[in-house]
Amino acid sequence: MARYTPPVQSKSAQIFDIVFVVGAIFVALWLPLKLGLAGAAKAIDKIDSPTWETLGQNATMSGIWEKLGYTPETAHDIIQNRFHYVIDWPTLIVMAAVLIGYFVFLFRASDKEFRDVIAEKFDEKS
Amino acid sequence: MTSTPVSPSLTNTIHGDRVSLLRVLGPVHVWALGVGIVLVGEFTGWNFSADKGGALAALIVCWVVGLLYTSVAMIDSEVTSTVAAAGGQYAQAKHIVGPLMAFNVALFLVFAYTMLEVSDAILVGDLMVTVAGTEGLERHGFVVLTIAVLAWLNYRGVLMTLNFNFVITALAYLSILVLFFSVQPWSQGAVLQLGQLVTPENALPYGWIGVIAAFQFGIWYYLGIEGTTQAAEEVRSPSRSLPYGTMAGMITLLIAAAITWYVCASLLPWEYLGFTFFPLYDAARVTGSGALEFIMFWGTVLSAVASANGCINDAARAWFSLGRDRYLPSWFSAVHPKYRTPYRSILFLLPIALAFAFIADLNQAITFSILSGVLQYTFMSINIMMFRRKWPLGSIRRGYTHPFHPLPAIILFLLCCVTFFAIFLGFGTQLIAMVAFYFLISLWFHFYRYKFVRRGDQFTMPWPKPQGY
Repeated sequence: MARYTPPVQSKSAQIFDIVFVVGAIFVALWLPLKLGLAGAAKAIDKIDSPTWETLGQNATMSGIWEKLGYTPETAHDIIQNRFHYVIDWPTLIVMAAVLIGYFVFLFRASDKEFRDVIAEKFDEKS
Repeated sequence: MTSTPVSPSLTNTIHGDRVSLLRVLGPVHVWALGVGIVLVGEFTGWNFSADKGGALAALIVCWVVGLLYTSVAMIDSEVTSTVAAAGGQYAQAKHIVGPLMAFNVALFLVFAYTMLEVSDAILVGDLMVTVAGTEGLERHGFVVLTIAVLAWLNYRGVLMTLNFNFVITALAYLSILVLFFSVQPWSQGAVLQLGQLVTPENALPYGWIGVIAAFQFGIWYYLGIEGTTQAAEEVRSPSRSLPYGTMAGMITLLIAAAITWYVCASLLPWEYLGFTFFPLYDAARVTGSGALEFIMFWGTVLSAVASANGCINDAARAWFSLGRDRYLPSWFSAVHPKYRTPYRSILFLLPIALAFAFIADLNQAITFSILSGVLQYTFMSINIMMFRRKWPLGSIRRGYTHPFHPLPAIILFLLCCVTFFAIFLGFGTQLIAMVAFYFLISLWFHFYRYKFVRRGDQFTMPWPKPQGY
């Protein structure tokens, strides 16, 4: 196989590539934060006039909460902030499809590139 | 074990500038790098698994995820002791799967470690602000100071960086042991109240689906141990130091994780355990001992600093490797002429870490890091199968051969699938957004950037042609 000679990239194009990658990193990480898509899907199950008993805390537990500086009122939002696990099948299917599609593309495209690497590396020697 | 042939990329200077990284590290430094990055997970982060599934779920995932990481350590030890090059899993992917996979793995590494570094710095800042209790005091100053000082330390040299890491990691580990023995673990009821705090009614508040959901933050008990491989080009004997350092690190962490769960679950109600950012520090507060509180305050700070220090080291080496192979502009592949460190990569990643330390909060940064980590482990489970198929045992010299193949790879793959489902339970949108990013950046690399990469030069190992090619 003929040895591949890459084109020379200008300095401005190199800088553009760096800006593109950094921009993409920020969009990927910052956008979910900005759109409120990041973080746990939780909700507070409200209890009116909470007491340690209604919050499900025994004497040992309530003693520890008090050592940490909490009252039933201030501990309410911590204790009652719960996950509500419901399997949203359409979202799960989308997630699985995105993940599988991503890995299939990665391995197939990588293999194509890898064959070129091996051909150039080893066929040159022979 | 047998000696490993040294990769040509380790000793010559054909890549980039005419100086190479310095070979000065031993197994102790490998241990310090791995445990140093991970130990902060005992001081914060793992406890969010109690939030997702309850206290008992946190214990179950401690052990099951421990199995996942034992598989990671076994697989990593074999591949890295054979592909000993900076970039760790990146170099593995480049030689075994292909360039696009290598590009993605390097980004997994940079994201996982940079976001872990951000989490560490936020932890230091939040703890300082909490303990100071001063009105109007913000964490930002502490965050900037932590990241900037550690970046400078990394800039100045790897030996000093990891010697420093060894000392502070050992002190942080010691603080966990001091707390453990101070609360008389052999005598439940004296200080510890496990039976009163973890009851049949609240042990699994969400049932078994909560146990699965807890896998997400169970990863945090050990996330980063695979970072030991980043030091491959700077250890004196990769075939000996990397497996010993990694396995010793894993044993250390399994013990620390079990102790941490036992003490915290015996001192804090599960709802508080799932809420706090400082579970070990709060456990010390509950004992009422000022001395223990002081020790755990410093243990938390030192563990976070050690982790951030190791993360800067690892993220910079992954970024450096991308530049060296021209996957990114080769400007990043420069090695400092005096300190022999990848200084441009260290400096380049500094403002990115600072920016995210300002815009993200702790559990969001942790989730970003975990997502990249799990994508990387999924790759590793497939990578080892391809490695054994392309270069079967006996075809090349391996520094270490892991036993029971392919069982660890299968276990790792299945546990990764469970963890993806766990992330879906509560953080699914974030997962889809991140995978969409990796997919788009892969298209950019495959169809545009790769044309600037020299083909045959990427393969630097003195191996025969792989089977099937």
